This record gives sequence, structure tokens and C-alpha cells, in this order.
Amino acid sequence: MSETTLNLLEPGSKAKVIQITGRGSARRRILDMGMVPGAEIEVIGKAPMGDPLEFLVKGYNLSLRKAEAELIVVQPLGA
Amino acid sequence: MEKKKITIALAGNPNVGKTTLFNAITGARQHVGNWPGVTVEKKTGKRTYKDTEIEVVDLPGTYSLTAYSIDEVVARDYVVEEKPDVVVQIVDATNLERNLYLTTQLMELGSRVVIALNMWDLAESRGDKIDTRKMEDFLEIPVVKTVANRAEGIDALLEEVVREADKGEHHEHEVSYGDDIEKKIIELEEIVGKDSALSGKYPVRWLSVKLLDGDENILEKIEGSSVGTQVNSVLSTIEKEDYEAAMAEKRYEAINTVLPQVCVKCVKEVTFSDMIDRAVTNKYLGIPIFLAMMWAAFEVTFTVATPLMEFVDMFFGWLAGVVADSITNPVLGSLLGDGIVGGVGAVMIFLPNILLLFLMISLLEDSGYMARAAFVMDKLMYKIGLNGRSFIPLLMGFGCNVPAIMATRTIEDERDRLVTILVNPFISCGARLPVYLMLAGAFFGRQAGSVIFGIYILGIIVAILSAKLIRGTVVKGKPSPFIMELPPYRLPTAKASAIHMWEKGSIYLKKAGTIILVGVVFVWLLSAIPAPGVDAAFASEEILGTEDSMIGVLGHVMEPLVSPLGFDWKVAVALVFGFIAKEIVIGSMGVLYGTGEDEDALAEILTAGAMSPLTALGLMVFTLLYVPCIACVGVVKKETGSWKWTLFMMVYGTTLAWIAAFLIYRIGTAIGWGV
Repeated sequence: MSETTLNLLEPGSKAKVIQITGRGSARRRILDMGMVPGAEIEVIGKAPMGDPLEFLVKGYNLSLRKAEAELIVVQPLGA
Repeated sequence: MEKKKITIALAGNPNVGKTTLFNAITGARQHVGNWPGVTVEKKTGKRTYKDTEIEVVDLPGTYSLTAYSIDEVVARDYVVEEKPDVVVQIVDATNLERNLYLTTQLMELGSRVVIALNMWDLAESRGDKIDTRKMEDFLEIPVVKTVANRAEGIDALLEEVVREADKGEHHEHEVSYGDDIEKKIIELEEIVGKDSALSGKYPVRWLSVKLLDGDENILEKIEGSSVGTQVNSVLSTIEKEDYEAAMAEKRYEAINTVLPQVCVKCVKEVTFSDMIDRAVTNKYLGIPIFLAMMWAAFEVTFTVATPLMEFVDMFFGWLAGVVADSITNPVLGSLLGDGIVGGVGAVMIFLPNILLLFLMISLLEDSGYMARAAFVMDKLMYKIGLNGRSFIPLLMGFGCNVPAIMATRTIEDERDRLVTILVNPFISCGARLPVYLMLAGAFFGRQAGSVIFGIYILGIIVAILSAKLIRGTVVKGKPSPFIMELPPYRLPTAKASAIHMWEKGSIYLKKAGTIILVGVVFVWLLSAIPAPGVDAAFASEEILGTEDSMIGVLGHVMEPLVSPLGFDWKVAVALVFGFIAKEIVIGSMGVLYGTGEDEDALAEILTAGAMSPLTALGLMVFTLLYVPCIACVGVVKKETGSWKWTLFMMVYGTTLAWIAAFLIYRIGTAIGWGV
């Protein structure tokens, strides 16, 4: 599968981070929280109203809004 | 022999048991929560271990030290500027990877670090094998296993801390960023090193690393220095975003080279916690569960408390009677009976409510559900111009707006935080409840519950509309990003919940014991001093709390302002005193109507014609919306750092209150309801 952004993945799918687009302090916080290039991520699910999303990264659960997840370019990994 | 003194700082990610460890070391009472960033204040404690006196400073919980939030700036400024002898980092043994990220940053700061490997038992029970000896070798940092909630490993930790503080030489740890980045670091080090003011205060390598990290706080510091232009010319040669990503990546890479060697089978698998999470964040179940949790918290707080409150009420009624009967001097009898015992009773009666509410909040926080509540509510909060994190401070507002406004420190974005602070007073606090309980109980009988519920809902609606209004006008802009950990569910401990409940209860009592009591006695005094031109003795029966006392004078001055709302001078006076603390509104009405602490007698007088259901409703709404109590105003000033915003909040609320009460009174009168 080709590269996509994290907000587009279905719950249960796994992916590898390629890069984080955007700029500024929010991007740095996303990096600090372990969403670094090369990190493996699993999409756990989404909030009842559809946003934010929940991910498993670096062994813990992190939530991001779709708007932030869209900044994360990933390579989906086989099921 | 003179005791040796050292200072240590506790650092760590949120939710790793930092506060529990702080309590275990110092024995100090402090709240333990599961909401990311609950430790917003700097707390200190003392502990003597053998012949060393240890000053323990609890730093705010942080994931990193990049100055993203106030918490991070506070934590790193303390480490850099106060230079504690040892920094103890509490590391969650069940999540080494992300926790060690902070370790890499503490190492770069040049501090002596000791790791407390906490929740060791949890890691072991799920089958992780962590080799602490190897961990020490790789990190060159002492590692001590602890289980903070059972106070295990505390002495071993202190032993290691004291030994580390004693060490003469100090090994500087470094993360290696690879050739390209290292070259830039060296380049910057040379430039920054030339400014002695900077290099005297901060480690030069750390400054250089932070500059490449894009740290705004450090960039500002450099810009104002003698080497600002030189630094900028180096930074202009690099792709900023690439460097930022590469540096975070390198830090995680450094951790990942160590991790497989110190930890066998440290992999995340589906746990019980994840299973709970599936349910509470489920598309269909998430919101019903959320509502059920909130309903349960509310119900426990208000239903379970009722018999306790009746008991407190009976006790103080009895005590006031005993005091009045046993004192022959009528002035003193009135002061002690109506003024002081009445005042204390008015305070104590709400203690059951407040304790239970904070017990509920503590259970929600410590269990980990609070973060899910923010997760579930974020979309809604975002729509009204706030952030999922704003939900907790708003919910706390139902208890007391003072700690609630302090809790907004966990909101990283200054503007989100400001809006959350400004609308917080509309969330009806526990101190306003007595006003509703008394008035609704007297005027609305069996509908009292629904009326009170309606007042709470009105407060929420006003808060939402105000947030939207403020976001669209005076604080423009979108809410900040939502980047939040969902911590594992943990069983709250009875001890932690009890400590939390007691702390909040005692804060209320302290506030009550001083301000409220003083307020009630002050009202009594005003009502006992004869008005100018009235020929009567101080505190004599015929003037006490009537128009012939000083309070009558004050009320009459205020009356034209509130008469369009259907309120008389007594209500005006009560509202003025409500500024001291909202619960005094009823207490002072009791004094003004000469019924003291006896609420039934007050209700009888009010329903007999002193008020109508319509004005009672208007008064409840006015009490909800008008200027919050003096303690709340003080905390808004402290947290916003601005009198402008504080005044804005006071004027805005009071104006809304006046308009709302005016509309209720005028419309009600026009349609003939509740007159």
C-alpha cells in the first residue's frame, strides 16, 4: 500500500511513520510524544462522536484530533 | 553533629505515581490524580534520612522539557536555575520507552539523575523482565525499584539519592545525534559559549541542542543576547523542521538501542485496561456511559449527603438554642447564637456535599476515566471554542470554581486557558447550592429538584454561549491541538481518595472558618449598629436586622439598582454579602429576617409574602450568574495575571445576571406566572 495520512486509517490497522508535516510547537509535541519517523503505530479507535482518534504508539495510548493526525504521513503495514 | 542538607526534585511523566511517591517520601498530604498534569503547583516537603535533611520539590508532570506548556517551563527552569542536588525521575516500569525520553532530556540538562523505577510490581506481574543492573550500566544513572502506593523501595531510593549527592565528580551524559547534527551543535556551542551571561547560567551544549530543537523559549533568550545574530545566521542554514524531527527521532533511537538489552518481553499486549477502553469509548456506549458516570457522581453527591446534612442541621439548631439560653446578656447571646453558631452551622451543613463531590471527582481522576471524559467530550468542547481538557476544570467548577480555575493550568494553550477561566464561574459551584436549596425548597415544593437542575443547566448553557461569544470577539482563534495520553485504568486506592477528599474539605472549611464566619459576623454587626438618627442601643431587639440598623441604610442605597428585578433592600444586602462567599446569601437573609440559622423559619417568612416564586427564581438565577465570590475573583486575577480580564469577568457576569433576572421578572409578571 502507498503512503497515506494517519487520519485515513481504519481502527485496527497498523502503520509506520514516514514524516510529520506542518510546523511549530504542536508538531514538536507530536514528535516528543513518540510519533517520530520510523515509529510503529496502531489505530485503536475513535471517540463516540468520531473525533478525536486513539492510537497505540511507543507502548501507550495517545489521542489526537483528525486535524493533527492528518499531519502524520504513514506507510500502512500489512494486517 | 550538624545535619547535611540537600535538595532533590521529583520529575516524571504524568500518571507515573509521582505524587504518591512524594507523599511516601515526605508524608505530606497531596492530591493524587490520573489526569495528565494534575500536579500544577510546586509542592515541597521535608524528610530526614539518616543524618541528611532532604528538601523534596515536586515538579509538574511533563513528557518532555521543550517548553510546550507552562508545566514544562516550570519544571526545566527549576532544574536549570535552582540546580537541585539530585533530580529523581520517576519512571513507569510498564512504559519505559516514552518515560526514558524525559530521561534523555534531564541528562542533557546536566543534572544528576536517579531513576525510581516505579510500578515495578505491575511490570513484573505482566511478565516484563527489567534488568536494572544493565539499565544502570547503559544509562550511567542509578536505578532503584519502587512501588510508591505501598511505600516500597523508599529507603533504598533515599540511600541512593544521598550517595549521588555526595559524589564529587559528575559525569555529563549526552545523547549522540549523529554527524550532521553534531556538527551544527559544535558550531552553535562555539558561538553561545562566547556569551558569558548565557554560558554561566545554562549548559552550552543544552542551549545548542534546544536551539536546533526549535525551542521558542530559548530562541527568545538568545535573541536578546550578544550572540543573537550569529546564532540566527547558523540556524538560517538548516531546514528547521527536518532537524526537529531528526532530533526527537535520535532520542528515541538512543532509547531503542538500550531497551532490548535491559528489558525482556516489554511489549504491549491487549490488557484488561484496553478492554475497558473499548467499551467506554465505543461509538454507541461511549456517550451513555459518560452520562451515566456524570449522573452517578451527581446523584451520590446530592442524595447520599441529605441525611448527613439533616443531622448537621439538627446539631447546630440545638447548639444555637443552648448558647442563647445559657447566656443572660442578650447582646452576647444574639452574637454567639445568631451570629457565630449560626455562621458556623451555615458553613458546616455543606460539608457532606463537598466531601462527597470531591470523593467522586477523585475516583474519576484516579481511575483514569477523566482523560476518557476529555476524549469523549473533545469534539463537543472544540465546537464551542474550547478543548477536551477544558472539560475537567469545568466539571470541577460544580464543586468549587477556585480549584477548578487552578486546574486550567493543564491546558497548554494560553488562549484556550483564558476562555476556560472566564466562563468557569458560570458553572454552578457547591457554595451556590444552599441558595437554590433553600429558595427552591421554600417556593417550588416537589418541583424543587427540577428547578435546581434547570439552574445548573442554565449555567452550562451560559458558559457555552459565553465561550462562543468570547472566542468570536475578544479572544479570537481556534482551540489548540489535542495531544493527550489516555493513561491505563487503575483501581483508585481508598487512601488516595480519602486524602483528596479531606484536602478539599479542609480547604472549604478553612475558607469557611475564616471568610464565611467573618462575613456572617460582619453582617450581624452591621445589623446591630443603629442607623444614624435612630435612638436605640447597640444590638437592641428593636433594631436588630431591621431598617433602623446600618444594614438597612446599605440596603436602601442599593435598592434602586435591584428594584427593577423585583428585589427589595434585604435581597440587595444579601447579594452584597454573597460577594464574600455565595453561601452567605442565605445566612445573611436569615440574619436580616431575624430567623438566624433556622431555614424553615426563613422559608416561612419568605413564602408568607416577602418574596414570590418569580422573584425567588430571579434571585437564584442572579446568584448563579453575578460576580463570583471574592476567593474566585482572587484566583482569576492570579491565573490570568491581568486585572483587565478579571474586571471583564466580574462586569460581564453581573451584567448578564441583571439582564436575566430582569427578563424573568418582567416576562413572568407580564404572563402572570409565579407572581
